[in-house]
Amino acid sequence: MTAAAPLGKDLLGLEPLSGEQISLILDTAEPFKEISERAIKKVPTLRGSTVVNLFFENSTRTRISFEFAEKRLSADTVNVSSSGSSVSKGETLVDTARNLEAMRIDMVVIRHGSSGAAKFLAGRIESNVINAGDGMHEHPTQGLLDLLTLRDHFKRIEGLRVCICGDVLHSRVARSNIWGLRKLGAEVAVCGPRSLMPNAIDEMGVTVFSRIEEAIEWADALNILRLQLERMTAGYIPSLREYNRVFGVTRERLERAPRDVLILHPGPMNRGVEIDSDVADGPHSVILPQVTNGVAVRMAVLYLLSGGRPELAESAKAGKGAP
Amino acid sequence: MTRPVLLTGGRVLDPSQQMDGVADVLLVDGAVAAIGRDIGRPDDAQTVDCAGLIVSPGFIDVHCHLREPGRADVETIASGARAAAAGGFTAVCAMPNTDPVIDNPAAVGFVVRQGLRAGAARVYPIGAISVGQRGEALAEFGEMVDAGAIGVSDDGKPVVSAQLMRTALEYARTFQIPVIDHCEEPTLAAGGAMNEGIVSARLGLKGIPDEAEEIMAIRDILLARLTRGHVHLAHMSTKGSVELIRWGKDRGINVTAEVCPHHLSLTEEAVEGYDTNAKMNPPLRTAEDVETLRQAVRDGTIDLVATDHAPHHYDEKEREFQNAPNGIVGLETALSVVVDSLVVPGHIDFGTLVDRMSCSPARLFGLPGGTLRVGSPADVTVFDPARRWTVDPDLFLSKGRNTPYAGMTLTGRTICTVVAGQVVYTLN
Repeated sequence: MTAAAPLGKDLLGLEPLSGEQISLILDTAEPFKEISERAIKKVPTLRGSTVVNLFFENSTRTRISFEFAEKRLSADTVNVSSSGSSVSKGETLVDTARNLEAMRIDMVVIRHGSSGAAKFLAGRIESNVINAGDGMHEHPTQGLLDLLTLRDHFKRIEGLRVCICGDVLHSRVARSNIWGLRKLGAEVAVCGPRSLMPNAIDEMGVTVFSRIEEAIEWADALNILRLQLERMTAGYIPSLREYNRVFGVTRERLERAPRDVLILHPGPMNRGVEIDSDVADGPHSVILPQVTNGVAVRMAVLYLLSGGRPELAESAKAGKGAP
Repeated sequence: MTRPVLLTGGRVLDPSQQMDGVADVLLVDGAVAAIGRDIGRPDDAQTVDCAGLIVSPGFIDVHCHLREPGRADVETIASGARAAAAGGFTAVCAMPNTDPVIDNPAAVGFVVRQGLRAGAARVYPIGAISVGQRGEALAEFGEMVDAGAIGVSDDGKPVVSAQLMRTALEYARTFQIPVIDHCEEPTLAAGGAMNEGIVSARLGLKGIPDEAEEIMAIRDILLARLTRGHVHLAHMSTKGSVELIRWGKDRGINVTAEVCPHHLSLTEEAVEGYDTNAKMNPPLRTAEDVETLRQAVRDGTIDLVATDHAPHHYDEKEREFQNAPNGIVGLETALSVVVDSLVVPGHIDFGTLVDRMSCSPARLFGLPGGTLRVGSPADVTVFDPARRWTVDPDLFLSKGRNTPYAGMTLTGRTICTVVAGQVVYTLN
């Protein structure tokens, strides 16, 4: 690293970040968006850096998004998944960390099923650690790309009313969204069955709606979470049919809203369960722009953590600001 | 014949006989021979200068895990007994959730023999309630008692079947032993890694609600009412449990209860940062719970303090929070944590501390000790009530190092421990 990183060593969540730091990442992402529009989608900003994508949990879009971000910044990348690696032979996370450290890598992107796993790793290796989702804790880059998408659309975050709908209890996306939105001045609500809400959710500074109609009437934007199907078999809800009837975001419900409501979804979607197809594909959906923004946000995070200075992001885009 | 021991000039504090004053204590042939001024000094006596120190009946820990048989790499009965002596405990009761489970007289006898060989704190085995702690069939209480067991428990696991618990309480009456209860409703607690509340919501860890403990606590208080058996509720952690115990005691039900030093001193905030040394079961609760438990120790609703000493190998704790094992070591920090969290803030005096850590456990579990009456076993703890020390786990005599108190400066330190008239520990 060549300069003091403005975010510190790691990105473990949005809770530890200030509003200024979150805005910095979003601002830094702006110039990186354009790189993905080029015919040659590559700048040499992270040339010579080695990034390991350590995915202990299945993931397609997040892993691909990170990999695109890394490659577009010219980092060397290695993908490790739990199946087929030493992890499947019983290697512990701390041993994995020590081995990675011994290979002199620069950054680790970690997805893990245990809350706190990214922090655990960050405390044991010198490389930068980026949390790509840890258990039910946080998924900070998803939170950031949601913020960037909202800001693109509304030109502001402050004062927005955003409702996170669905399985908040098990959602790392929800937690990152709550912290990120609140730190930037948005009003945040959650909506879903009480059996899928943390008991103490009210103490996190959010409004709780038990009826989706109330949430739609209140919100400028809905961030609709995927209903993990195993929640039904685990007895948190009685049936998918009832969930769709009571909590599903449908066109009919949106048409009754007093204003246009922006629709976000972190994917993958269960069409016909938490979201109907004509909403997902409708005029107010920004689900695909979210995916696009994901790459830019992750490029910004990689750039800033590696010591890139925010004022050089523009020149980094042009290939001149290698950290 | 062992050499007499003379403890001179200490503050002798023995609530069992309302004794609190400076005196000498003479121990001869494994028994307390005399207490007072000018009690003489046998020529061959080993003298311990106790000026400025408290001399009390030896502490008794009714709840610890010594890991042997099965995990001698983590703790042995010998290392646990030595750690106990270093913490001022003259006797400890070893829980049966070892591998294999202590659920038969032969296994009980093994623990007894290993304890005697250790030559440190006395070790009393606790037998399992059910065979293999599987919650299906009663273990052989009678034969285990004959072999040396002083109580029964499936600690580590709740007794899920109310019918089996009823039978255990009834059958245990035959032998006048307590049934020690791990209060945890398993479906509510399943997968939980910490207290359920705002901290678990923020950290994304599955929480264990207070009610998981309280549902079992009230079930078994009611079963004690039904059977007139003695149910002893282990490691109580919630305000609600205290209220339920008080309810039971007010109605004359034979319920007793213990609290651990960590539940008297730490809150769920200790889990921030995913420190696995703060992971235990029951979990660390809220400041309100801690305050209620402190008051309950003072007013006697909670009868005694027990450590739930739970050593783990360091690499078992060095992992993701939700996959790390529960528990911390406690034998060598218990006295100091109780002094710092209860005596120093003025919740209790040292007399109450000695009662809750010595007299009360002996009385309720029918164990020798817990008193310095002349003729009683010469089990004595000498501690400095004001000594400040910084916890360094590397210096523990336990094989375990898993403590959330590492690096903390605490008040109160064991100086000397005497078991059956022999000095088994002296602070260097």
